[in-house]
Formats: sequence, C-alpha cells, structure tokens
Amino acid sequence: MIKFLTKGIIRDRSRSLFPVLVVTLAVAMIIFFQGFMDGVMNSMFLNSAVVSTGHVKVMTRCYKEESQLLPNDLALLETDQLVDELRQNHPDHFWTPRITFGGLLDVPDENGETQSQGPVLALGIDLLSDDSRQIEIWKLERRLIDGRLPENANEALLSTKLAGRLGLSTGETVTLIGSTMYNAFTTYNFTVVGTFKLNLGPVDRQMMLVDISGARLALNMENAASEILGYSNSLFYNDTAAVALRETFNKGYSDSIIQVLRNQQSYETLSLMEDWNNMNVKQYNILPGQRSQGLADNNMYDNIKEWGESSVEDAGVFSPTMMALRDANQMGNMVDYMSAATGLIVGVFLVIGMIVLWNMSLMNGLRRYGEIGMRLAIGESKGQVYRSMILESVIIGCIGTVIGTVFGLGLTYYMQEVGLDYSDAMESLGSTEFIFSNVFYAQVTPELYYIGIMPGVLATVLGTMLAGRAIYKREMAQLFKELET
Amino acid sequence: MIKILISFLSFAFLLGQSNDMSVQEIIQAMDNNLNAKSRVLTSKMIVHGRRSSRTIESKNWVVGIDLAFTEYLSPPREKGTKMLKLGDKLWTYSPQTDRVIQISGHMLRQSVMGSDISYNDMMEDRPLEELYEATLEGSVDIDGRDHWIMFLEARVTGLSYPKRRAWIDKKYLLPVKEELYAKSGKLLKTATMSGVRKVQGRWFPSQFIYKDELKRNSKGTEWVIDEIAFDVDIPDSRFSKALLRK
Repeated sequence: MIKFLTKGIIRDRSRSLFPVLVVTLAVAMIIFFQGFMDGVMNSMFLNSAVVSTGHVKVMTRCYKEESQLLPNDLALLETDQLVDELRQNHPDHFWTPRITFGGLLDVPDENGETQSQGPVLALGIDLLSDDSRQIEIWKLERRLIDGRLPENANEALLSTKLAGRLGLSTGETVTLIGSTMYNAFTTYNFTVVGTFKLNLGPVDRQMMLVDISGARLALNMENAASEILGYSNSLFYNDTAAVALRETFNKGYSDSIIQVLRNQQSYETLSLMEDWNNMNVKQYNILPGQRSQGLADNNMYDNIKEWGESSVEDAGVFSPTMMALRDANQMGNMVDYMSAATGLIVGVFLVIGMIVLWNMSLMNGLRRYGEIGMRLAIGESKGQVYRSMILESVIIGCIGTVIGTVFGLGLTYYMQEVGLDYSDAMESLGSTEFIFSNVFYAQVTPELYYIGIMPGVLATVLGTMLAGRAIYKREMAQLFKELET
Repeated sequence: MIKILISFLSFAFLLGQSNDMSVQEIIQAMDNNLNAKSRVLTSKMIVHGRRSSRTIESKNWVVGIDLAFTEYLSPPREKGTKMLKLGDKLWTYSPQTDRVIQISGHMLRQSVMGSDISYNDMMEDRPLEELYEATLEGSVDIDGRDHWIMFLEARVTGLSYPKRRAWIDKKYLLPVKEELYAKSGKLLKTATMSGVRKVQGRWFPSQFIYKDELKRNSKGTEWVIDEIAFDVDIPDSRFSKALLRK
C-alpha cells in the first residue's frame, strides 16, 4: 500500500511537489528560527559567563557572601586538586581557575616616579596552559587591537580604554598596587604586551588581563584562586543541567556536621521535621548520606534554635560551594525571562507554521473532491479512502520534514559559524550597561533534530484528517450527480 | 616633731601621687612613657588571619614624631621592603618592583602587611595632649591593679579616631587598654598592651594587641617588641628616600 501511494505521490507532481515544498520550507524556517533564538540567548549568556559567572562556578562559602568586595583572603586554596576532581567528576564541563582583583596601576616615568595612576579591575585567567580554552572563549585573538597575547606570567593585556587613559602603549612596564590574599600591601610589575577591546559596553573600561600565574605571584596566592569557573564543553548554557550540577556538587561537599547545621537547605528540611523518628522514607532520602549520618550521630536537631545563635567561625565557611549562572545577580530573572520570551516567540511561529501546513492539507483534500468521489463511486469504501489519504499525508510530511530538517540544520550551522554582524547598529546605540555581543550567532541544539516533526508531520496529517471528514458526509446520490457534471 | 610631720606628709604625697594627678598630668606622663627623642626597635608582628597566622619581623628607626624608617626582615616575600615616613608623607619601597611608591589618600587606610594596623595608625604619632581633650570617667580595678578610665575627644579635625576611651594603669601610667571610636561613636578598633617593663627609666609595654572591630571574625594582630633602645643617635641619612633603594 505504502509503495503504491508513494508511486502515486511521485508521479502526480501536483500531489507531491507543492506539499513537500511547503512542508520543507515551514520545517526549515521553524528549525532555523529556533536555532537562531537559542543562539542569540546563549550568546548573551556566554558573554556574562565568560566575563564573570561561568556556566557554573565554585568558590568558598564566605567568598560568595562578600563577593562584591573581591575578598581574596577568602579564596579557594589547593585549587589544582579541586580542578582535577571537577574534571574527573564532571567531564562534560571544562574547569578553569580565576583570580579577580582590584587595585591601582601606577605608570612610572624615566626616573621611576609616578607619571600617572588609575584604578584597575584585573582578571587572572589561565592563558598559558596548553589545554586552556580561555583564549578561545574570550575570543582574544579576534579582540586584540594591538600587540600580542601574553607569553609569560609578568605580561599583561590592557583594555584600549584603560591603556588610553593611562597613556600606555605596548612594551611599557606598569606597577600594580594592591593587596595580597593576606591583605598585605603589594606592588608588582607587569609588562603591557597588548591591548584589547571586548565590544561589550563599559565592561572593559578598567580591565587588565594577566595569566593566573602572574596574578598568583602578585597577590601571594600560590595554588589559590578566587573562583573556579565551569563551562559546558559545547559552550551552550543549559539551565536545567547547570542547576542539577550545582545541587549535586553542593550536596557532595557538605561533609561535616557543622556545615550541615549552617546549611540553609538543611535548616529548611529539618524545620519541617518536628520529630526525626517520624520521618518517612521519602523525607529521609531527601537528605544526602553524609548529612543523615551526621544528624543521626548527633542529636543536635533537637536544638535547632541554638544553631543560629552560634557565632563561632568554623572551617566550613571556607568549604567550596557552587553557583549556577542563574544564581548570579539578577541573572536568574534574565534566564527565566529569556527562556519564556524565546518559548513564546518560537511557539507563535510554530503555531503559524502548523496552521499554514494544516490549511495546505485541507486545501489539498478539498481539491481532490472529484477524485475521492470517483473512488467511492467505483466501490472503494469511505474508510479505505480516508486511510489512504492520511497515509499519503504521513509520507509527504515525513519527506518534507526530513528535507526541511536537513536544510534548517544546515542554515543554522552556517549562522552558528559565521554569525550575523550588526556592529554598526550597536555603535549607534552608544554605551550600554548590558553585556551584549555585536554579532549574533545561531546554535545547533539537539532539539532541532526533532522539533520539525510537530509541524511537518502532525500538522499535515491533522489537516488531511479534517479535510477527510467530508468523505463521510457525502451521499452516493450526490457523488453521481457530481460525476455527471 | 616637725621632721616627723614632714616625713609623714612626704610619704602621704608619694602614696597619693598618682591618685591626685590632674588629667593633663596623666596624659603628659603617658606621652612621656610612649614617646622619646628617638628610638630603635626590633619587633615581630603576628597577624592572626581567618585561616592562618603570619609573623613579620621588622626593624624601626624613629626620631620624634616626624621621622620613621622601617625595614622588613622576614618572611622572605617581605624581606627588603622598606617604609619611610617624613612628616605627613609616607613612601614604601618593594625590591620586587624596584619602585618607590608614595602611599597617600585612601591607601593610607589600608592595613600594614595585612595586620589590624593601618598606615594612618602609623602616621598619627603626635602626643595625645596635642590631639585630644580628656576627661576622667572614674577608676576601676582590673586584675588587682588600679586604673583610671579616661575618655578622649579630638580637639583637632581629620583624626582617624575622633573619640577614644583608655584604661590607664595608675602605676605604669600607660593605657593598657584602649577603645578607638569614630565620630559617630562606632567602635573601630581596640588595643591592649601588656608585658610592661622598665626600659631606660620608663615603663614601656613589650606586647600590643590591635583588633580591627570592623573586620568580621578578626582575630587581631600582636605586635611584640623584642628589643628597644631610647634616645639613640640616628643619623639624618637614615631618613632619606635614597636609602629606600639600598
């Protein structure tokens, strides 16, 4: 039957070419639109992730509390070991330590006296390791305006705005005046080897980039880092996955009873349980093993109120904790808003596409009234005709969906690699506080491989089913009358 | 009889000397104990951080209230770092960068070597008598020793601590405990001194503990004086910027 219908579709171009073309176009457009929106959204998140938040990031709990002050005295220690653990446990992400610090840049004259001075926000990122992807994600080769990338610990890149303000050019030496991780006054010389422009509004106004080894030397932070940032290998931000990763990590690192007592989630969980012994299995399973074990060994859950009053500092405040991109300042709202907006736009587009395809199937069905009448007149049952029409639309839908998906993915991939440059339009906007890229890139995501099925196959079949309803309504007498005319 | 009376009065005067001192005399006595024409000292600063403690050794040369030179002796990272104070100016030299940098403005509020002492604290060496108006609030017994409680309020503007309260040992005439306040009355720092011993005829503490009350979970900084010599002849060349680089 399928072979018979397929031959029919191929031989009758009015039944195959136009419907397949429409399905193909609609599916390709929907896929490209979805990919483009995903790409734009991801591009916006990626800029924030690269500059400050990572897709996820690890820091000490006390650093998290005071992160606005860049408190490197509360930095993570023994970061090499922690990074190794993260790489081992979460290979779907790449992990990189970072030191964020502030200070003054002092430019000396030929006598070593201060010539000019200005505030700086510096980032120590992993620029020199062989396996580091920092140069790639910062797009430093593209964003380099002058000079070259750092090749050793004492070399620095300055934003063009900062270099201009201090009157610095490549090759000159500049002294960082800041504080070590022990809050001691420190000075350290960096050689400016290049200038860069991020094209992300005022973000790079006071920015200096150095290799993390240079930052460690300057700030006496051997094997320490302010944060460890994690990015998905594909650089695509998946909010659900990031939140799940955060939950897993934070549960795993709550390894002491004191941490448990100070952990807000444990507080909340325990406050719901008046009586530990009356806990049901489901509630018990909410707590990770270490916590429940710790709590079972210590009958401290009877004194919940006392925990909050305790002001004794414990080592737990320096234990690592993970934040997802959405946990950063207002980023959660942004993620939700963008996801909702994208969903709505793509949804509207999807519905329009489906209506078009549905309508096409409907029209196609109506066009074939005469043919259907003939088939009924020569003895084919209404059910047989109806089923054959549906099967035919499934075949058309499938062919169109496959071709449309291939075209849509191809176009999306092209835009993912090339992007849509609208720098001129951005220049006319002037300065903005929002971290926003000047080039839009699409993004090929797994869902693009199947999203076309809904409009391509389902809408086509639904349209045919609706049109086919007329078959059952028609009387034999009416059919013969139509044939006579 | 007259001799006995004179002897009795003399004894009574000696006994009651410290109790009968005026506020001004107490402040002068404190200034005399704490300040000298010049001094050379070697000290250790033990900074108790939130995670660990660090010990920083240094040698200081001080003349009056205007000239001071400090050279850090250890740990290796700080060794060779020098500081020079000339009046109201402060320079620091770091051998790592071979740069002499003047510390001014907001940088004076930064802590010295991560301690609870700021550069401003180092700069305000002028006698208390010149800077504060003092009133006695009463007496108190601390660990079996009699102390005055004195409240000092700034008589000049621009001080880091416009108000301070001091517990002054009546025998040593030293403020063994001090609370340093902002103008609003907010407690900024506390300082205690102990290990008082007689050095060249004056009572001088060998250990100070400073605590920055604005730092959360601050454990304070100990400053232990290992050696001190007063009224030493220090050549003027000691206080030259050229010496910072040598």
